[in-house]
Amino acid sequence: MDYLSKLENQSIYIMREAFNKFDNLAMLWSIGKDSTVLLWLARKAFLGHVPFPLVHVDTTYKIPSMIEYRDRLCRDWNLQLVVGKNEAVLASGVTYPQGKATRVECCGTLKKDALKHVLDKHHFTGVIVGVRRDEEPTRAKERYFSPRDKNMEWNVEDQPPELWDQFKTDFDKGTHIRIHPLLHWTELNIWEYIQRENIPIIPLYFANEKGERFRSLGCYPCTFPIKSTARTVGEIIQELRLTKTPERSGRAQDKESEDAFEKLRRDGYM
Amino acid sequence: MTTANGQPSEQLKIVIVGHVDHGKSTFVGRLFHDTGSLPEGKLEQLQKIAERRGVPFEWANLMDALQSERDQNITIDTAQIWFHTRKRQYVIIDAPGHKEFLKNMVTGAANAEAALLLIDAHEGVQENSRRHGYLLNLLGIRQIAVLVNKMDLEDYSEARFQQIEKEYRDWLKTIGVTPKLFIPIAAKHGDNIATRSPNMSWWKGPTVLESLDDFKVAELPKNQPLRLPIQDVYRFDDRRIFAGRVEAGSIKVGDRIVFSPTSKTSTVRSIERWNALPTDVAHAGESIGIQLTEQIFVARGAVAALETAPPYELSRFKARLFWLGRQPFAKGRTYKLKLATQEVECTIESIEKVIDASTLETVQRQPGEEFVGRHEVGELTIHTKKPIAFDAHADIIPTGRFVIVDGFDVSGGGIIAEDNYPKRSHDSHHKSHNIYWSRGKVTARQRELRNGHRGYVVWLTGLSGAGKSTIATELERELFNLGRHVYVLDGDNVRHGLCSDLAFSPKDRTENIRRVGEVAKLFAEAGVICITAFISPYRADRDLVRKILPEGKFVEVFVNAPLNVCEERDPKGLYAKARANEIKNFTGISAPYEVPESPEVELATDKFSVPESVAKVLEYLDASDQAAEVSI
Repeated sequence: MDYLSKLENQSIYIMREAFNKFDNLAMLWSIGKDSTVLLWLARKAFLGHVPFPLVHVDTTYKIPSMIEYRDRLCRDWNLQLVVGKNEAVLASGVTYPQGKATRVECCGTLKKDALKHVLDKHHFTGVIVGVRRDEEPTRAKERYFSPRDKNMEWNVEDQPPELWDQFKTDFDKGTHIRIHPLLHWTELNIWEYIQRENIPIIPLYFANEKGERFRSLGCYPCTFPIKSTARTVGEIIQELRLTKTPERSGRAQDKESEDAFEKLRRDGYM
Repeated sequence: MTTANGQPSEQLKIVIVGHVDHGKSTFVGRLFHDTGSLPEGKLEQLQKIAERRGVPFEWANLMDALQSERDQNITIDTAQIWFHTRKRQYVIIDAPGHKEFLKNMVTGAANAEAALLLIDAHEGVQENSRRHGYLLNLLGIRQIAVLVNKMDLEDYSEARFQQIEKEYRDWLKTIGVTPKLFIPIAAKHGDNIATRSPNMSWWKGPTVLESLDDFKVAELPKNQPLRLPIQDVYRFDDRRIFAGRVEAGSIKVGDRIVFSPTSKTSTVRSIERWNALPTDVAHAGESIGIQLTEQIFVARGAVAALETAPPYELSRFKARLFWLGRQPFAKGRTYKLKLATQEVECTIESIEKVIDASTLETVQRQPGEEFVGRHEVGELTIHTKKPIAFDAHADIIPTGRFVIVDGFDVSGGGIIAEDNYPKRSHDSHHKSHNIYWSRGKVTARQRELRNGHRGYVVWLTGLSGAGKSTIATELERELFNLGRHVYVLDGDNVRHGLCSDLAFSPKDRTENIRRVGEVAKLFAEAGVICITAFISPYRADRDLVRKILPEGKFVEVFVNAPLNVCEERDPKGLYAKARANEIKNFTGISAPYEVPESPEVELATDKFSVPESVAKVLEYLDASDQAAEVSI
C-alpha cells in the first residue's frame, strides 16, 4: 500500500470511530485545503455521505470568495452547515485592526469564543478538526482524540496515552473531545492527495497575475499571500518540495509573541 | 520506491527513547540540522531568543517549542517531526525520558516501527534505559539501535563505549531483545550523526543516518488469517453496510465468513468504497465496507474471519500488561477492556507475577494485596464478563493486544500470551464463570452483572396477524443465542392461566394488559428480558406499563401492518369470524386500535421480512445497551 493510501485508511478509521462513539458529533470546516480534504475523507468513510453537521466559525473577516465557495459546496454536496459567530464582540467593534483588540485577542473572541459558543449551544461532544502535526510545534503534541475540559482548555502536560488505535472515547459530562484525523498528514501530503483525488479547492491557493498565492487561509487583516508562480496543484507540490519557509508564515497572529499561538491553543483554539 | 519527482514516498516512523537528560531532544535537533530539514530562520530565531535571555543555545529547543518545556528543559510529550534522507522520509517521535511521562513514551513508541535508544556515555545505563528497552519489546518494536551519546564527555573513549555496549547488550539479552547495533555519538557536536566523526577514528561502523536507512518499513499482515473487526453498521441509504478495517489477511467477494463471538455466518456480497476503483478484494490496512448476502444481525465489535481460521472466543486469557494509571490495576475491581472494536467489562482473575521493568525483579506484595501498580508490568489472567474474540499476540498482532480503561482513561495495555486455549467457544467451563457473591439483599445491579445484561421489557403491539408472535419467537431465539436470559409472554401462556377469568370487553382487555404488564415488570426486575406479544390496543394501557417500569426499560415495538394485509394473512381465521360477526369486539373490525405515538421501534411487517424486523429490534436493543453502559 502506498503512503498516501495508508494515511487515507487511517483517517477513515479515525472518523468512523468518532462517528460511532459520539452522539453529538460535528466537524469544523474552515473552507481551507485541510478541512476540505477532511470533508472528502468523511465522504470516503461514510460512502458518499456526511452524516454530521459542519461548523464554520465565521469571523466576518473572511475573504468573500471563501463564503461563496462554502455555500456552493454545501449545495453541491448536500451538507448541513452550522455557522458560529461572536455577534456581541462584532457589535461592540473590539476587533483587529479597527477596534482596540490585538490580533491574538481578536482570534480569541471571534474564533475561540465563537467556537465555544456554538459547541455549547448544540451540545457537541465530539468535534472533528483538520489540524496537522507539521503545521506548528504545539500541534505536533496533539493526540488523534484530544480531550478539552469544561472551559475548552487543553491540558498539554497531561494527555491520555494513545496506543494501538485505541482512543480516548470516555469522558466526563461537560467536557468534549477534539478528533484530529489529519494529524499525521503533512502539507505536501494534503496537496498530493488533492491531486490524486481531484478535490475541488478554493482558487485563493493558486498564484494570481501579481505572482501571489495564499499558502494558509484565514481572516484578511491577518493573512498575507506569499510570492509564488504556482498556478496548479502540480506546481504547488513542486514548490512545496523545495521550500523551507514555514506554512503559517503568512499568519500574523502567530507572531505577536513567542508563545502567542501556544496560549491560544491551550485556551481552546483549534 | 520514489515518486515521479524523485522524492522519497516511503516513510518510516522512529521513536527516540532513553533516560532523562541522556540527550534525546538534542540528538533530534542536531539530526534535523544535519539533514538540512530545518525551516528557514528557525535556528537563527532560537539562537537569538537564547541570546536575549542570556542563556546558551540548546539544540533541544528546536523540539521543545512549548513554553513550559523551555523553562524545565525536558520533553513532556511526544512531538513528531519529519525529515528525509535520499532513501525515504522519516517521522521522528521524540519520547520523554522522565518516569512520570511514561504514558507519553508509550504513546510515541506504540506508533513507531523502529527505535533509537540513547544512553549517556558518562552516566551509563540508567533505570529508564532498561525500562524503555523492556517496553519497546512489549510494544512490539523489534528494530532497535542503541546510541551511546555524549562520547565527548568520555574523551571519545572506545573502551568506555565497549563497556556500555556490553552491559546493556547483556541486559537486553535477558528480555530476549537483540539490538541491531550500537553507535558511539556526540549529538551536541554532530559526531557520527550524518557524518563520520573525526574524533572517533576507531569507529568503523555506520553513522546514525546510514543505520536508519537499513531499517525496514513494517509490512502489513496480508498473508495472515482474515480479521475484520466491525466498527459500525451503516444504513445511509437502502444498503446495509458493515464498516471496518481489515486488520489481517484479505477478504474477497464470495468469501464465506463467520462473525465472532456470535458465530453467525454469511457470504460477502460486495466490497464498498467511495470514489475508488471497484475491486472484489481488500487487504490488511484497508478501511472498507462490506455487504452480505444474508441479512443477519451483526453489531460493532464482531470480528469477521474465514470459517476455516476463526479467532479464539473465550472469556479468559493470559496476558502481559503494563500499567500507566494513577490508581493501581487491582483484583476485585471491574474495568473496561478494549480489543480491536470490542468493548467488554473485565476483572483480574489471578496475578501470576508483578515485575519492575527496570530491574526485572519480582515486586513483593503483602498477602492479600493483589494489584499491578503504576509503571509495573504484570503477568496475569484476565476474565471478561462475556466471551470475546482474540488471538495470541505471537500469531496475529492487531487482535492479540488490548487496552484497559479505568474510569474515563486508557490506563494500561497488554498483549495476549500463548496458551492451551480451546479452539472454539462451546466449552461451557469457559463461558459460565460469571459467579458473583452477594452480601445482603441482591440488587438489580448485581443481577445485571451476573447475567451480563440488563433486564427490561420488549412490548410488541399491533393488530392481530401483524406478526407479533412470529417476531417475538424469533427475537427470543436470537437473544437466547446471544447468551441473554429471555422469555416470551403471549396469549398462549397467559390467557389460559393467569388471565383465564378475563374476556374481551374493554374493561377485561385493560385488566389483561395490566396483569401482563405487572408480570413483565417482575421478569425485568429478576434480570430477564421479557418479550410480550399482545394486541394491547389501548394507548393508556400501554402507557401504564411504561410508567411502572424504570425509564429505558420499556421498549415499545409497534408491529405495523395495514389492516387489509393482516386480514389477508388471517392466520387463525379470526378476521373471517369477526366479519361474520361471530367474534365481537375484534380489534380493527369492531373495536379500536390506538396507534403508538412514539414507539421505540416501528416495524412495517408488510415491507420487511421477519429476519429484517428482528434485526431492527436487535439493533435498537444493542444501541440502548451501549447507552446504558455509558451511564452506569
